[in-house]
Formats: sequence, structure tokens, C-alpha cells
Amino acid sequence: MPGPKYVACVEIGGIPISLSTSSQVFHNLLLRRYAGFSSKAPAEFSLEFEIIEPRPASDDDVCVRRDGGEWLFERGDFFARWDPRTGTGLVRQNANPYSLDSVLRILHSLILAKRGGFLLHAASAICDGRAFLFSGVSGAGKTTMTRLATRDVTLLTDEISYIRPESNRPEVQPESTVYRAFGTPFAGELAKAGENTSAPIAALFFLEKGPDNRIDDLTSTEAVRRLMRNILFFAEDPALVEELLATACAFVASLPIRRLTFYPESQVWDEVRRFGREPQRECVYATR
Amino acid sequence: MPEMYIARSSAIAARMLAGEMMVMNSADSTFFTLNEVATAIWKAADGRTPLSQIVRDHICKMFDVEYPQAHADAERFVADLAGHGILLVSDRPFTVEQPQ
Repeated sequence: MPGPKYVACVEIGGIPISLSTSSQVFHNLLLRRYAGFSSKAPAEFSLEFEIIEPRPASDDDVCVRRDGGEWLFERGDFFARWDPRTGTGLVRQNANPYSLDSVLRILHSLILAKRGGFLLHAASAICDGRAFLFSGVSGAGKTTMTRLATRDVTLLTDEISYIRPESNRPEVQPESTVYRAFGTPFAGELAKAGENTSAPIAALFFLEKGPDNRIDDLTSTEAVRRLMRNILFFAEDPALVEELLATACAFVASLPIRRLTFYPESQVWDEVRRFGREPQRECVYATR
Repeated sequence: MPEMYIARSSAIAARMLAGEMMVMNSADSTFFTLNEVATAIWKAADGRTPLSQIVRDHICKMFDVEYPQAHADAERFVADLAGHGILLVSDRPFTVEQPQ
């Protein structure tokens, strides 16, 4: 006779996912891990976890590939099968939170790709009611920007930003799409989950450290190039890359994307606030 | 000189933004921005039209350039993108239909 099933619903980015397991220990682990993101909303998707013998969380490259109508995610410490047609999946992993985080990030990146959204290597925070994103390579200053934020700034994440259009319907005019940034539990160096809230995005800055604070324009193609470099996608899949490139172009056409050179002191946030208050030039990029 | 036929790789995503063509190779995430001439060649790379005809019909007419120079430049561009797996090159027409 099968044992009891423990079910938790975790809602990240406004997408509730049911996570079920027969292991009470693992269930308790995920309740603690995603404490600020548990939800009573009806789940849109579901994952069933089968706990296997402990193996160390792996730094191996993850492999994500299509297998007929399904997706397979594989790394040393987990194996998952996901069927986007039914919205259900089965995960075999050991009971560690790092594997769990990785599986959820991959799953969300696939769900978002179909909805015109993406996960981005970026810190994000809400300031004066709007979200500002700070992206860049490791060491560019993502965590530093969140540490420098004043008390009235709400941290969404210091590592992985969650971005999607307000509406699930694709807009006729991509440049009229409104994007929101959501808090995530995926923490970086700060080791602190973001707040479970969201706000419309005001701007995306690509960070560089320098002797003073300065905001510079980027060409649209340079913005897309940098964006694609920092979007999390795991599959070498042409159809998926095609969707993400279209999404990146629509995002660049909709929002101010700038280079922020900054000196690591709290005054950089004055610069960000000032930028948010000034009217930005209308986007004139044509996409197709 | 043998004819050269060129086709876009199926591993490529391409998008036009602000008048510039961006192409990305899904296999290794390399990203290229094409200039106007390269974009014209890219769009015409249907796998069936010889490169010489693409140069005559598109490049020479659109950009007011002499054929020998245009053809030499086009060959260099094709070799460069073929080296990155973005264009496929053959001495005979490709049989698979190219997406428009």
C-alpha cells in the first residue's frame, strides 16, 4: 500500500506549482526553503519528487533536452522528466535544497519561455514603486548593489531575477508590453531570499564598477547581446533560442536598458532614483 | 569556377531589430550582428540560388558596387559565417526547404 503523500504549493513569479513527495523529511525541507513563497492558490503545474540515495550536489553542466513531447533535465544529483502538455513532471533527486533550486529554475525557465518571460542573472529591487534590475557577470556588483540599498528599497533577489509580461497574451506591438519583476527565493552571495512581491520594471542596468557613478546608453543590438548572455537557458534547442531571442528583442524595445558604471557607495542609489524619475526617451526600435 | 550555394543553418535564431539583423547559434550561444550587405546575403541564402546570382541580383543592385569586389567580399563573409556554423556551404543546391 502506498504511504502518505505530502504536498506543498510553491508560487514563484505568480505561477503556483504543486510539489509532492512521500518523504516527510523532504517535504519539511521544501517548506522551510520556500517559506515565503508557499501558496494556497490552485496549482497550475505539478512535480512529484522521488528521493534517491544522497549524492553530492554537482557542479557538472546540466543537460536539458527534448525527448519527444517531454523535456529531460539531468545532472549528477538529479534527473527530471517534464511534460509541458500535461503540466506534470517526475523528479528523482537526493534531499538537498541545491538540487531542488536547480530543478525549479530549469522548470520556470521553460514555462516562462512560452509566456514571453525569462530568468536573468541579475539583482532586482523595488524603489519608489518600480523594479530596477542590475545584471552583469560574476563580480560586476549585483550583490554589492543590493547591500548598498537604503531601507525603503525592497529586495527581490540578489542573483536570479524573474521577469515576465503582465499579460500572458502576446501584445500586437511588442514595445507596448509591460514587464514585471518578481521576487525569488534563489539567493546568491547575500544568502537571503527575496521578498515575495512584484512591481513593473522601470529599467535594466548592466553593471560595471568604476571611479564614479554614470549611466550610459547602449545600442539596441548591444542591449540584446548582453541580455542574451545573461538570460538563464539550459537547452541547446533552436526553437527555444528562437523564442528567447524574440522575447529579448521585445524586452529591449519596451524598456530603458543602460550601462551603469558605479562606485560602490550608497550614492549610486540616488543616481538610480533620479533615473527613475526622469522621463526616458521613447523607444523607437522596430522588431520583427 | 564552381558555383557556391549557401543555406542558413537550422541551429540558428535570427531577429531584426532597429534595422540590424542579429543571429545566434543555439549550439554554442555565439551572437553576431550583421551589417546591411551581410543581412542581404543572409536573407537570400535559400540553399538554391547560387552565390554569384545573389551578389548580382541583390548586392550589386542594392549597394551600387562592382561585381568582382562584391563577390570577393561575399565569399569572405560566407567563409566567416560558415566557420561559425551559421551558414552551410555546398557546390550544389541544398534539397531541404529554407524557412523565409
